Amino acid sequence: MGQKRFTKDHEWIKVEGQSGTVGITQFAQGQLGDIVFVEVPTAGKVVKAGGEAAVVESVKAASEVYSPVSGTVKEGNAALPLAPETVNSDPEGAGWFFKIEIADAKELDGLMDQAAYDKFVAELSA
Amino acid sequence: MTMPTTASGHRGLQLEQGLIFEQDTPGMTAVDLPQAPKVNERLGGLKNTQPIGLPGLSEPDVVRHYTRLSQKNYSIDSGFYPLGSCTMKHNPRLNEKMARLPGFADIHPFQPVSTVQGALELIDTCATWLKELTGMAAVAMSPAAGAHGELCGLMCIRSAHEASGQGHRKTVLVPESAHGTNPATAALCGYAVEAIPANAEGRVDIAALKAHLRPEIAAVMITNPNTCGLFERDCIEIAKLIHDAGAYFYMDGANFNAIVGRLRIADLGVDAMHINLHKTFSTPHGGGGPGAGPTVLSAKLAPFAPVPMVVRAGERYDAEERAGYGAAKQSYGRMKGYQGQFGVFVRAVAYMMAMGIDGLKQASGDAVLNANYLLARLSAELTPAFEGPCMHEAVFDDRFLKGTGVTTLDIAKALIDEGYHPPTMYFPLVVHGALLLEPTETESKATLDQFIDSLLHLARKAKSGTAEAAFKAAPQLAPRRRLDETKAARKPILRWLPKSGDNGSANREAAE
Repeated sequence: MGQKRFTKDHEWIKVEGQSGTVGITQFAQGQLGDIVFVEVPTAGKVVKAGGEAAVVESVKAASEVYSPVSGTVKEGNAALPLAPETVNSDPEGAGWFFKIEIADAKELDGLMDQAAYDKFVAELSA
Repeated sequence: MTMPTTASGHRGLQLEQGLIFEQDTPGMTAVDLPQAPKVNERLGGLKNTQPIGLPGLSEPDVVRHYTRLSQKNYSIDSGFYPLGSCTMKHNPRLNEKMARLPGFADIHPFQPVSTVQGALELIDTCATWLKELTGMAAVAMSPAAGAHGELCGLMCIRSAHEASGQGHRKTVLVPESAHGTNPATAALCGYAVEAIPANAEGRVDIAALKAHLRPEIAAVMITNPNTCGLFERDCIEIAKLIHDAGAYFYMDGANFNAIVGRLRIADLGVDAMHINLHKTFSTPHGGGGPGAGPTVLSAKLAPFAPVPMVVRAGERYDAEERAGYGAAKQSYGRMKGYQGQFGVFVRAVAYMMAMGIDGLKQASGDAVLNANYLLARLSAELTPAFEGPCMHEAVFDDRFLKGTGVTTLDIAKALIDEGYHPPTMYFPLVVHGALLLEPTETESKATLDQFIDSLLHLARKAKSGTAEAAFKAAPQLAPRRRLDETKAARKPILRWLPKSGDNGSANREAAE
């Protein structure tokens, strides 16, 4: 494990054992443009796969960040609301949104791996 | 192009104007006030110890200040304003004259009902027109604007579900092509919101709707015509699916201006719909005045309508103010002070009576014709997001800018240099790099042609591949160059502060 999986809504989840770190992809931040506001979930929040977990707002649009899997939020990235620009500069690193205790690891099988996601994005941009 | 700088900061006859507090001359006043008489001071220790900070200015300085500020406002009275989904159309001055008649303008909501019979009759007349135009059973007149009307409709729906033992329905479905206020309203009303995707045509995906309909769905909210400027042509089938699932059909009527006089809302199977009087029925809005969002209701929802409601007893009018009594026996209560936005009702009635049914029908037809004229001519250089024809607004995506380095935002900024208020950008979200244009029925072909020529010119310039830098620098001719929207959102300066120890001149850096 320890690998990244992707949703069609452009979230990524990096799996480590029973937990995962979630954020939005490089492609997503590029589409959103300058991000000006971020809301991350608090620890203990129970989320469903595909359910709203966080909020991201750019100069162009406000959108929800959906959780790639069901589970319980372990930690929101407290630094992010104070520095939303991190999502632009390092979306798949320091710009992570929350860490989650994964309820059902089988849900990960429904997500794309890096190669499949790259192909998905290439088709969108075509 | 480099713009010359001036010593004054003014640009031609576009005059710079600071805040009124920055122009303070202590002691300056427009009127001679008599010396305050000596009185026994009874304020104890509460007397002001510092000046209260009111600026001192002469009368001509005050007049110039506000006149210059008014000249910074771009409005429908100064030029074409094709802001999509906002219906920025001309509002006949006759409406303003009617709203200023002393019998309407100078009455007070606390006057005895017997002394305001004409005002109540006017509200009743407005309600009658709205019911006639929609074929609906009832109308709640008090909601203050569109989103408030949505809330009124959903509160009626919630009351109806609770009254029939269906209070467990806790989810509202909203398509992606709906107005953004729809999910916000549902959430405010305590509902969970689920999105239904749009199909490739920009309309509600019926298969997805079917898959989402289940016993916990309380209502479905659909904007029609939707924000892609398209009529939801499967509306009747959608209504049947919703009703078969035991849910109610809320239609967002913000775009009613495209269909007035053309169809009856009741025939679509709608249970509730708000009408933006300030858009469709012509009242200044968007900083120009308040809105009004009367909500028409089906017979099933009518009993739950909010108070107050105007009731007619023979030749006389009365206002039922109390929920739980008389005509308001099952009303869910009150959501707005007094009778609603009365001044807007006066303008709407003046407009409807001046237009007549035939005029209203022509207005919606002309609104659609104008939008299709834009769509047809602009398609020469721009890329329409959907196959035409459209309704009252035309939406383009940014495929025509692909590879040019120029973005939708750059086009919008360059339009400012051309002398136009930019259209709605990056909305609807389902359209990539959207430009959403609503010309309205009150613009002439000559105005549309001028605007189209400007936009076609910009599109050709962008495609030439040599103008990217010029686009990034736009606007160049406006009083301000391109503002830093990102910094304004990330680090907003929300409060003006005078420089400490310097009462007269402000912190200009902070103010800009």
